[in-house]
Amino acid sequence: MNPELLILIALFTPLIGAIVALLLPTRPRAAAWTAIVASSITLAAGLALVQLSSDGSAHAIHAGNWKAPFGLVLVSDAFSAIMIAVSQLVILASLIFCAFTLPAHFHRRHIYPLILTLSMGTSGAFLTGDLFNLYVWFEVLLLSSFALMAMIRGEKGRAAAWRYVVINLVSSLLFLTAAGLIYGKTGTLNFAELRLRFAEAEASFLIDSSAALLFGAFGIKAALIPLAFWLPRSYPQLPPALSALFAGLLTKVGLYAFFRVFGMVFSNGTTFPHQDVLFIIAIITMVGGVLGAVAQGDMRRILSFHIISQVGYMALALAIFTPLALTAGIFYLGHHIIVKANLFLVTGLVERHVGSSDLGMVRGVARSSPLIALLFAVPALSLAGLPPLSGFFAKFALLNSSLSIHEWTAAAAIVLVGLLTVFSMLKIWRAVFWGEPAKSGPGPLKVLALTSGILSVITIAIGLAAGPLIDLAGQAANGLLNPEAYLDAVLHSQP
Amino acid sequence: MEILISATIGILVAAGIYRLLGGTKVDIIVGLVLISQGANLIILASGGLKHNAPAILTDGTKNTDAMADPLPQALVLTAIVIGFGILAFMLTLLTRSSAK
Repeated sequence: MNPELLILIALFTPLIGAIVALLLPTRPRAAAWTAIVASSITLAAGLALVQLSSDGSAHAIHAGNWKAPFGLVLVSDAFSAIMIAVSQLVILASLIFCAFTLPAHFHRRHIYPLILTLSMGTSGAFLTGDLFNLYVWFEVLLLSSFALMAMIRGEKGRAAAWRYVVINLVSSLLFLTAAGLIYGKTGTLNFAELRLRFAEAEASFLIDSSAALLFGAFGIKAALIPLAFWLPRSYPQLPPALSALFAGLLTKVGLYAFFRVFGMVFSNGTTFPHQDVLFIIAIITMVGGVLGAVAQGDMRRILSFHIISQVGYMALALAIFTPLALTAGIFYLGHHIIVKANLFLVTGLVERHVGSSDLGMVRGVARSSPLIALLFAVPALSLAGLPPLSGFFAKFALLNSSLSIHEWTAAAAIVLVGLLTVFSMLKIWRAVFWGEPAKSGPGPLKVLALTSGILSVITIAIGLAAGPLIDLAGQAANGLLNPEAYLDAVLHSQP
Repeated sequence: MEILISATIGILVAAGIYRLLGGTKVDIIVGLVLISQGANLIILASGGLKHNAPAILTDGTKNTDAMADPLPQALVLTAIVIGFGILAFMLTLLTRSSAK
């Protein structure tokens, strides 16, 4: 199928699905099916795009046939395609969990249209080739996520929603200001055109201040310490089906923006603005996040702090900025989205099974439901980085890249944080899964166990097929460092 | 003109941050609105300020000196609409949380 059509399918199927689901307010089951079908189609389009761009090619659509850099462009290269495919996989799994686990009041409030518009926002953010358009897609997915957050009931839930909304608005304002300043300085917002401008060395000092604003904006969205403390105070309040969606996707969209804008647009192929700051912040984020996780006593909160720590790993990959490190970072992104979402989904299964996810109140799940224990073990061990699961290769590639340029601090942090991750996973395992079962409800629904099981199988498969997948991530990394194909698709193959 | 606009942006953002740190939810909303107006003005000023210049030339000439940059105007329009939507959402959140 031709790539232009696939890009449009990836972008507009969620929108069409949202409109159809919006017309079915009284029939949540039909709306859920609509959402699942729309998300499956988008997933298929994403996989087809991955297959098309796996040779390093890029494909662009010039909206309204306006010539770049004047009109909007949507571009799909290997990195965008990988992100679309992985994110749709997680959205699909989360939709299935939403359909079976959410309390009734969620179903009455247009939850499926909101998830689909969020899905469209992520696809748009991954595909756009324009800074201001990236801002608009961020707003699309943020507004959907605000509305989903606002559905949580109770005093704590409302406080969480309020905090989430305010901090994200601050981030959006930083982004907007930076976009205005960059337009004022360069006269363009097109990624390809900006890359060409910044490749000229004397322009680099121009960008530093605006890049700092964008650093703050993306840093809040990606949850880098010291901008991360909103996350563990808001995500755990969501029901697990939704927190899987938020945890898997939203911070990773921020990281994608970091990789795309700092790694490609502002860089000259060897460095980018504020690289040293990012390096230090990444290490602080890794260590701080995992120490926070070790100190918590609830599965949801431990996993939320782990998001921060893992975001640090990916930011470190960007900060090292060699081809090997970027490859590791992109592989890590893909692996992490699946694993993290799966862990939250399994937390949902544990809560349905025993009624709580507090480490002090739950025990013996391994005996009362071995299936849940198995479903937890695979992503948990993968997150900790044990071979042959996906996390091992992600961490190994990153460690390898930091050793190859003699960054001993980074290497030490990678190993230490990995160890503490194992420790906090063991903490969950020891408290929740070992021991005599106290009280337990029914086992997991077959369809939910199957959904989580498929994500686990994918985690194992990524580990077993690590070679070809690292090659694919390498293509994506090369597309960021040497974006000739990207520039060519945007600027030269004109309509 | 540039100095006036710069000063306005500075005052708006400073006042916005002051209100943002005020503590109550209304303070936060007012603060965010002020800062977003400052951001909008930055975008508008980013294309260069011109007095009485049209954004679209209709007389067939190509004298771009007499023309205002239309792109920042389009961008700021988008930003205003998004900001307005978010303001409405925040006010809803505020009334809902104070009603219950």
